[in-house]
Amino acid sequence: MNDIRDALLVARNTEAKLVRRPVSPHIGIYRWPITMFASIMNRATGIALSVGSLLLAWWLVAAASGPVAFATVQGFIASPLGLVLLLGWTASLFYHFFGGIRHLVWDAGHGLAKSSLNPWTWVVLGATALSTLAVWVAGYLSLVAG
Amino acid sequence: MGAGTNTTKPKGQPGHVTIMRSQLGRVRGYGSAHAGSHHWKAERVTAIALVPLTVWFVVAVLAHLGAEQPVIAAWAGRPLNAALLLALVAMTFHHMHLGLQVVYEDYIHSIPRREAAILATKGVCLLLGLMAAVAVLKLAVAAH
Repeated sequence: MNDIRDALLVARNTEAKLVRRPVSPHIGIYRWPITMFASIMNRATGIALSVGSLLLAWWLVAAASGPVAFATVQGFIASPLGLVLLLGWTASLFYHFFGGIRHLVWDAGHGLAKSSLNPWTWVVLGATALSTLAVWVAGYLSLVAG
Repeated sequence: MGAGTNTTKPKGQPGHVTIMRSQLGRVRGYGSAHAGSHHWKAERVTAIALVPLTVWFVVAVLAHLGAEQPVIAAWAGRPLNAALLLALVAMTFHHMHLGLQVVYEDYIHSIPRREAAILATKGVCLLLGLMAAVAVLKLAVAAH
């Protein structure tokens, strides 16, 4: 035991042997509710966006450095790897955006009723999918038209 | 109450429970009593600021898709756009290190490693933010 809190996590089993209690939710045997997925996704997309912020900084620095540097970053974004990353970052941005607004609403003390948790999770997921699709379709159309 | 040893011996109970620990030792490492909510609040305030800034940025990027560098440079250099970009950069990198700090605090149990990760992230965010801000300022003051 390294931590005093570990004392709460040990117990004796039916053979009087000292064992660690399972941690709840015991994710190895737990059927994931959609709210658990929603929660971990907010963190995962936040981490993804932290990596994506490198692109924001690179893009601005390149724009201030001149046409050659800017062409390099634009070329990276237009490459297959760049497009996959950009798609991931767009979806992450929208998920974190809508999920974040949901967190702000929770922080204000609203929307915490158990019955509203699952429906609003689907609203966040739907809004993420629709916004991502809308932005990419609009982008594709403007590039084709332009 | 000072920083002296606190010996607890409640009245009417056996006196064998003695906490050999100072009041100072009990609170040390738990953070300030007054600034505890600062991190939480700052994370929310930056999140609120990022809601309109993100919408503006996504719309602006969509409107300039495929544009050449001079067009982007001129757009970013306009006072309103430059101000909004600076706000976006500041809020993004501030929110980023606050958020990552919580992730480290949840998963890195070794305190030296956790503190090192937090400090390194703060440093990286500060430098990236400053770089992006200098770039926006350069565009803002450049002659077009």
